Amino acid sequence: MIVDEHSRRTNIEARPPGFVSGLLRLRRAPWEMVATILIGAGVVMLMQPLSIDLYGWSFAVILGGTAMFLVVSHFPD
Amino acid sequence: MTEASTTSRPGLVEQVIRRHPDPVSVRFRGLSDRTIAWLFISPTIVLLLAINLFPLLWTVYLSFTNYRANRPNAELRGMGTTYYEQILSDPDVWESMQATAHFVIATIAIETVLGFAIAYLIDRKFRGHAFWTTVILIPMMLPPAVVGNFWKFLYQPQNGLFNAIVAPVLGVSPGSFQMLGDVQLAPWSIIIVDVWMWTPYVVLICLAGLRSIPDYLYEAAEVDRASPLRQFWSVTLPMALPFIMLAVLFRGIENFKMFDLVNLLTSGGPGSTTEVASITLKRAAFESWRTGYASALAVILFVTVFGLANIYVKALNRVKQR
Repeated sequence: MIVDEHSRRTNIEARPPGFVSGLLRLRRAPWEMVATILIGAGVVMLMQPLSIDLYGWSFAVILGGTAMFLVVSHFPD
Repeated sequence: MTEASTTSRPGLVEQVIRRHPDPVSVRFRGLSDRTIAWLFISPTIVLLLAINLFPLLWTVYLSFTNYRANRPNAELRGMGTTYYEQILSDPDVWESMQATAHFVIATIAIETVLGFAIAYLIDRKFRGHAFWTTVILIPMMLPPAVVGNFWKFLYQPQNGLFNAIVAPVLGVSPGSFQMLGDVQLAPWSIIIVDVWMWTPYVVLICLAGLRSIPDYLYEAAEVDRASPLRQFWSVTLPMALPFIMLAVLFRGIENFKMFDLVNLLTSGGPGSTTEVASITLKRAAFESWRTGYASALAVILFVTVFGLANIYVKALNRVKQR
């Protein structure tokens, strides 16, 4: 758990970083969330009946999301 | 033991040494326990790499070549990403992905609702509930080949049990409709079989979720005078939701790869109505003998399933943390 100076003085545990600050500080949870959204979006693009262009890009999106997931799962908590 | 007693019985030490041999590391002098452990497990690792990793890498390699399994001696040419581009712009493959999506969405929706409902009923103690739990789980234990074959008999239009039961309900004659031969009904015939076979699996997972809910939550809800419906929405459903999500994700991955039931029941027909992605893959690989093309399609399906599996593992860890 991250404890900042104010929290140490007041003996209160700090909250975990927010989504954007977690992304900027290369924390695992928010980046895994981004990778998960990419994979999910890619699967939807692969199977949707609306646009063949979206279907054409689906594999690249899934591959990108999966590669990202593999990398960011090694980021610190 | 004193020195005197040891010397008085000189054969005893030899007997003890013979019965209790040296540790492995002492016998393999110069090797650490860690090295010896690696020596023992390395045959298994080599075997696993040979049967798992090598075919995968070989498939990726073949997907970039014009290899045909029926012409193994033909000249091998590099195709680059041609097959990937063909697949990702082919309306027929796109259609088979949509057929897969219909199948996955319909089966998951029905199995989840039905599975959770049955689990909710089984979770309440009633007379013979252990017996009925076992009966409900039987379809899951049968091999898909057996299930496919006997449902094929059940779906026979003239003398099949399914038509005989459903026809009077619909007010039509049993021979007037064909579950496996009709374009509209064929996808549903596969969905019915999958639901029959795999709903028990969802029941099991939901049951585990329901049984993990501590009683004190319901006691607290009763103290707050919450109605049974309120208890269901505010306690049961939120607490069981991670387990339901797990079942959805797992069935989603499995149904995305569905091959055996479809192949046994309709083989992708009539026409290409039930041609899911794995059937398209089989047709490209073993009917058209376009091994390179089929390998590229296999890689696309593999990456998709691998990506979904990552989400599955993440969800599983979240459930474990609870």
